[in-house]
Amino acid sequence: MVPITYYLLLAAALFCMGMFGVLVRRNALVVFMSVELMLNAANLTFVSFARMRGDDLGHVSAFFVIAVAAAEAAIGLAIVIAVFRSRGSVLLEDLRTMKH
Amino acid sequence: MNIELILFGAFALLTLLSAGTVIFARSPINSAMALVSTFFFMAGIYVLLWAHTVAVMQVLVYAGAIMVLFLFVIMLLNLGESPTRGKPTVARVAGGAATVGLFAVLAIILLKLPAEPATLSAEAQASFGTIATMGQVIFTKWLFPFEAVSLLLLVAMVGAVVVAKSRI
Repeated sequence: MVPITYYLLLAAALFCMGMFGVLVRRNALVVFMSVELMLNAANLTFVSFARMRGDDLGHVSAFFVIAVAAAEAAIGLAIVIAVFRSRGSVLLEDLRTMKH
Repeated sequence: MNIELILFGAFALLTLLSAGTVIFARSPINSAMALVSTFFFMAGIYVLLWAHTVAVMQVLVYAGAIMVLFLFVIMLLNLGESPTRGKPTVARVAGGAATVGLFAVLAIILLKLPAEPATLSAEAQASFGTIATMGQVIFTKWLFPFEAVSLLLLVAMVGAVVVAKSRI
């Protein structure tokens, strides 16, 4: 029997790796992939707690997170395409119009 | 050493390795392929947690649909390797430090939680996390959120077409 803490620590590590990618990478697409990693880490936490409590409510939450992640990916990638069309670049440092 | 622990260790190690590749790969294509393998190994971990339905949806929706979308966009924009490696600016170093700090805080909190998984009766174990049980819960108790999510997906689909199309 694997302790649930191991799963939760793995989820925390994945979340932190995703956060590192969001903070450090410059390519908007890789930043999106890092956000997906963070969403997956949240899902893993939901499923781990479901197993800990013996209650499959966490599975339903993970299901909804997956659906919302699909919507987010569709909209986000459409925005990346629109930005690439108008700026010719997907590097976040080239998008500084709103920077003060 | 039991087989469950060995499988967990293997899947966890491979997940973390793939996630590291996603973050550090130079070309977005390599990142995307590493993300696919991350999703597959995480599906294995879901199975170890008896979440069979979530594991199937992980492979179908994440590794299937979402990653195809990512690869499609990378190929459409014809993105190559990033020309230069980014310099370690103050913001980046601070970001790395914040990440390590967050993990430390999370680890301290998580280690205080009870570690034992629930012991279920044979009957409850047989139905835990199966498609039948989840379908029953989603279509009775969580019917309204389910419908709201389907509406959200429809709106996202229309929005994606409107945003990405150059001329409507």
